[in-house]
Amino acid sequence: MTFRRLADLWKAQTSFRKSSAFHRNADRAFHLLILACAVSTLLLVGAILWNLIEHAWPSITKFGLGFVTSTQWNPVKSQYGAASSIYGTLVSTAIALILALPISVAIALFLTSYAPPWLAKIVGTCVELLAAIPSIIYGMWGLFVFAPYMQKTVQPMLAKLPGPLFDGAPLGVGMLTAGIILALMILPFLTAVMRDVFAMTPPVLLESAAGMGSTSWEVTRKIAIPYGLRGLIGATFLGLGRAIGETMAVTFVIGNSHRISTSLFAPGNTIASTLANEFNEADSPLLEAALIELGLILFVITLIIQILAHLWLRNLQKRQAR
Amino acid sequence: MQNRNPHFFLILSIFITIPFWVAVACGDKKSEDKPAAQQPGSDPTKPGTPEAPATLKVAASLTGAGATFPFPLYSKWADAYGKEKGLKLNYQAIGSGGGVAQIKKKTVDFGASDEPMKPADLEKEGLFQFPMAIGGVVPVTNVEGIADGALKLSPAVLCGIYLGDIKKWDHEEIKKLNEGLTLPAKDIAVVYRSDGSGTTWIFTDYLSRVCPAWKDKVGAGKSVQWPVGMGGKGNPGVAAYVKQTAGAIGYVEFAYALQNQLPAVQLQNKDGQFVKPAIESFMAAAKNADWDNAPGFFMVLNDQPGAETWPIAGATFILIHRAQADAAKTRAIFGFFDWCYRSGAALAKELHYVPMPENVIDLVQKRWASEITADGKPIVWK
Repeated sequence: MTFRRLADLWKAQTSFRKSSAFHRNADRAFHLLILACAVSTLLLVGAILWNLIEHAWPSITKFGLGFVTSTQWNPVKSQYGAASSIYGTLVSTAIALILALPISVAIALFLTSYAPPWLAKIVGTCVELLAAIPSIIYGMWGLFVFAPYMQKTVQPMLAKLPGPLFDGAPLGVGMLTAGIILALMILPFLTAVMRDVFAMTPPVLLESAAGMGSTSWEVTRKIAIPYGLRGLIGATFLGLGRAIGETMAVTFVIGNSHRISTSLFAPGNTIASTLANEFNEADSPLLEAALIELGLILFVITLIIQILAHLWLRNLQKRQAR
Repeated sequence: MQNRNPHFFLILSIFITIPFWVAVACGDKKSEDKPAAQQPGSDPTKPGTPEAPATLKVAASLTGAGATFPFPLYSKWADAYGKEKGLKLNYQAIGSGGGVAQIKKKTVDFGASDEPMKPADLEKEGLFQFPMAIGGVVPVTNVEGIADGALKLSPAVLCGIYLGDIKKWDHEEIKKLNEGLTLPAKDIAVVYRSDGSGTTWIFTDYLSRVCPAWKDKVGAGKSVQWPVGMGGKGNPGVAAYVKQTAGAIGYVEFAYALQNQLPAVQLQNKDGQFVKPAIESFMAAAKNADWDNAPGFFMVLNDQPGAETWPIAGATFILIHRAQADAAKTRAIFGFFDWCYRSGAALAKELHYVPMPENVIDLVQKRWASEITADGKPIVWK
């Protein structure tokens, strides 16, 4: 007997026996169950936030707001500051998004509008496989394969450009390399979500635009992208959230130095990489508190980004409704 | 079919998971202790003698965590001992501080640290510390044209490089020490440990001793604020960075320098002689150590006198609790480390670690007998 038949029989004999009162109560119970799950999520976030604040308290009271602006990270003298970590987190994520966003939009458009179905399926599967690679593999590949390539080929080329962005000795590792590795990591994820967003554009819209004489590019630019804009922005913020918290891949290639530098070749650090490096060895309570405060700051940054995303999307909705 | 039990699927899922329940129950039985040899000549009925049942239980597996410095050595020892006696040892190289934190929390059976704990801290945490081996921390370079052991550095120059005062390989100070070498006009890429590390502690302690400027500006610690450079995670991370970055200098434990074929430098020691890192120069560093008068075996081997001495050396320590919870585990610990002391010396030398001398081993084992207890009683293990 197939499973399907068994399930049908099961449903038939159970629902046939129960009264409508049972169904009403079952509905209520289900309602309560999912409400409990939702509330538990809120409680969990609240509990984590409370826990972070509690454990970071010694550092919060000692350094106050100066923690966010200080670039010191001196375990010997017990002076800590988050500025270099926050800077590194924001810059590496920005580089990742600037590089990954256009490429993932292009790949998603190719997969939905331009590719023949057999090719779209193959490329689509490859993209999903890339998304499943563990981040530490990206980190190790970045360190052993990509960083030497950056040092020997890419960075000397970029060093010829004027301006402070590409100054300094090419080390192979550094902010730029970390940003590129992050871009590679969020690219498959962004592409997969955007492809699904574009696939949901009603075909009738695309066909009528084509029927009125638009070229492929005009259909894409004027119909597909505006229709899927909300989904695209949502996907971007998801990718941003992933990049901002990425730990192992970044730790391998960012160079781990607590300094702010205008050059992208310079080593830096992110909040996640500092936590990964130092948490295990934190033998003084103040260092532990400082690290947890870093975690709290990351939590707050992520929260701010989520709020901005919501506000932007709501704004877009209002504009689209007009 | 119309009258099937409504709980059909529930019962079905319980039946399907039966193999899982069986595995759990069997798993508990398997971790029973293996009986060891009978203890001759002790009378269990006499009050005050340690309990010696007919078979002494020895645990079949041990967990340890700590420094990456002795990791190559401990894994080789664990492998050989495992083949001989069947003990499964799981050592996690998470760094010295991690090892100390884990043994304090009692999540592992022993911790390993390169930075010896001070006697006061040992008292407070109820820990016992003993040295296992001595190794050397070696500056390694990746400069074109400079082979292993060719480059000579003095303490002042090494300090200058790590402070960021000496920025290029063809700086006068380096040229002065290396008349015969052609040094390229390349930037020095300084590499340090990004994670808190006992290897860093040994290195920065050395720099603090030989360089007042370093002591003022940076100081010594498992993690410090490095003036210049980039950080690799673990000894393997530093080795990888140095290997990959042209013009790099970093510091690693000697075994990693050999494993990764990184060119080491010659350092000028306290006596003014330039020495190459090798087991002989590490042994020279250990020669003058006065272990008898070291409370808690606290010993720092940096900048020791002697013409052959390698200036950056340190012992690596094992930490266990004074009051052990399980005599079987303690027997396994003692058995393993006793084997490492007495039969593991050859393996240690192969990996270029200096094994502890006989007199120190006897001292350590005397203290095992007098200071470690399980359930309040001293432990019989041989």
